[in-house]
Amino acid sequence: MKYVDTNQVQKKMTSRLLTNRIAKTLFLLATLFGLLVLVVLIYRVVAQSLGWIDFDFLNNRLSTNAERAGIKGAIMGTLWLMLVVAPVTLILGVGTAIYLEEYAKKGRLQAFIQMNISNLAGVPSIVFGILGLTIFVRGLNLGAVVLAGGFTMALLVLPVVVVASQEAIRAVPQFLREASYGMGATKWQTIKNVVLPAALPGILTGVILALSRAIGETAPLVVIGIPAFIIPLPEGLLDKFTVMPLQIYYWTIDSALVDEYANLAAATIVVLLLVLFIMNSIAVLIRNKFQRRF
Amino acid sequence: MKGVLSLEKDVSRESNTLSVREMIEKNKRSVSTASVLEGLMPKILLTIAIISILTTIGIVLTLLTETIAFFREVSFVEFFTGTVLKPLGESAQFGVLPLLTATIISSAIAMLVAIPIGLMTAVYLSEYASERVRKLLKPMLEILAGIPTIVYGFFAFTFVTPLLTKLIPTLEPTNILSPGIVMGIMIIPMVASLSEDAMSSVPNAMREGALGLGSTKFEVTWKVVVPAAISGIVASFVLGISRAIGETMIVTIASGSNKVFTFDITQSMQTMTAYIVEVTGGDAPAGSTLYYSLYAVAMTLFVFTLVMNLIAQYISRKFREEY
Repeated sequence: MKYVDTNQVQKKMTSRLLTNRIAKTLFLLATLFGLLVLVVLIYRVVAQSLGWIDFDFLNNRLSTNAERAGIKGAIMGTLWLMLVVAPVTLILGVGTAIYLEEYAKKGRLQAFIQMNISNLAGVPSIVFGILGLTIFVRGLNLGAVVLAGGFTMALLVLPVVVVASQEAIRAVPQFLREASYGMGATKWQTIKNVVLPAALPGILTGVILALSRAIGETAPLVVIGIPAFIIPLPEGLLDKFTVMPLQIYYWTIDSALVDEYANLAAATIVVLLLVLFIMNSIAVLIRNKFQRRF
Repeated sequence: MKGVLSLEKDVSRESNTLSVREMIEKNKRSVSTASVLEGLMPKILLTIAIISILTTIGIVLTLLTETIAFFREVSFVEFFTGTVLKPLGESAQFGVLPLLTATIISSAIAMLVAIPIGLMTAVYLSEYASERVRKLLKPMLEILAGIPTIVYGFFAFTFVTPLLTKLIPTLEPTNILSPGIVMGIMIIPMVASLSEDAMSSVPNAMREGALGLGSTKFEVTWKVVVPAAISGIVASFVLGISRAIGETMIVTIASGSNKVFTFDITQSMQTMTAYIVEVTGGDAPAGSTLYYSLYAVAMTLFVFTLVMNLIAQYISRKFREEY
């Protein structure tokens, strides 16, 4: 009995191999497409910003005159915003993660909080903007100030920190906890002195990634009403402020009126991307350097 | 034995400087603060954990109350079947269909770009690329994923639209096509990395089995790996759609604010998200129908994305094949 029709197989072989080769090329091209876009995007932005980024650009305040306009206000605004977002997300994110991983019993409540967090991660950022507008800006009557923007952003990036911290805490091996209990430590002492220090690199990585998300996010701040016009530099938590993405936004939509605004937007993008790149590099560095494998 | 002896020596030296009674007292005090903290910590942490739930409740409540107020003034039917959105002026009309079609069209264009390219990228990374190439390419994709959406908006407006105008001369300066394509590019890394995760978890034995039967690599990928990982792949598509629906800055910048009910992709169209930006930027007086319409649109957006996310979770849980 003949199982394989050799002629048939040989006839089909050529086309099968050809398909294989074409498919491989196609898959490679698709992968390279994403990279091509990345290169073009960065090239375009850098080319448009050439000659526009200098010390004056970083140190000047906002101005309608493109030659004299700078992003000092936006940089200060970003720093002030981070001053609110960083501690709030750190406390809320790590606290939630410790509760879920160390204290919560496997059950309804724990599953509910977990599901809630993963759903929050999928809510569009603009909806968080509306929440911030309704509760912080109008409800608490704060206005579009640093504190209101910071709280809104903190809630937006909270799921990132919670998930990263949970993973970091889960990666701490059980025998470290048991050793700590064996020495007579209580549960909280064990968490404070053993679990958290061991999980710290992972937690920090998550926090930095969350902050870099907050630095690049635009939509929620547009919604809570960050003004397009010139405002004094922020000096406190209750001052009005602007940030780099907002500046990019306003300059981009106004570039139809004044051509140079497109260059200003591009220059701001370069600064923003550099900041994000540095932050992400630090995160990767922490992850590679301090993450101990147990 | 030596260890025990030296320990005893240490203790005796300690008790020379500190009376036993004092030591007991000190110990008691520290134990009591520790036990108070011990009882308090879980409660504090639970309170913190509940804030995330409060956030969800806050979102739903704010959206719901103002949406209900909106539907007191505009009927449910008018909102969801009205093809005219004219929020200002004497005879204001609030039909959400222009916004809804714009959102669906831009998301559809985005997925037409993101699904094939994202999936092919995932296949390449998971099945074809050598370990070295993958180590080089994956961080690049992560960079693409980490670029803020405002930058993509700038890119769509100042580069992609002028480029497309050369191909389609009738293209308007703001249109739905260009942001749709750029959104697709933005979503590629997400589809690629989630699909790749799904494909990587297909056990090698299945690939080897197919290869042993004489399949080519493409046949193994297409007939074995992709079907085995289909739940994760489809979930990545659904999450991509949800991301496209909620995307704001790209469409706000590059598609303008034309509230027309049309299917012409060369025209300016306003999506739901762009409408929210426009209305909040214009400082709608609280209590006006315009102000409430903001929440009705946001509610629609929220429900859409929530349903998408739940579907994605359901798919990846229900149809996951265990190996």
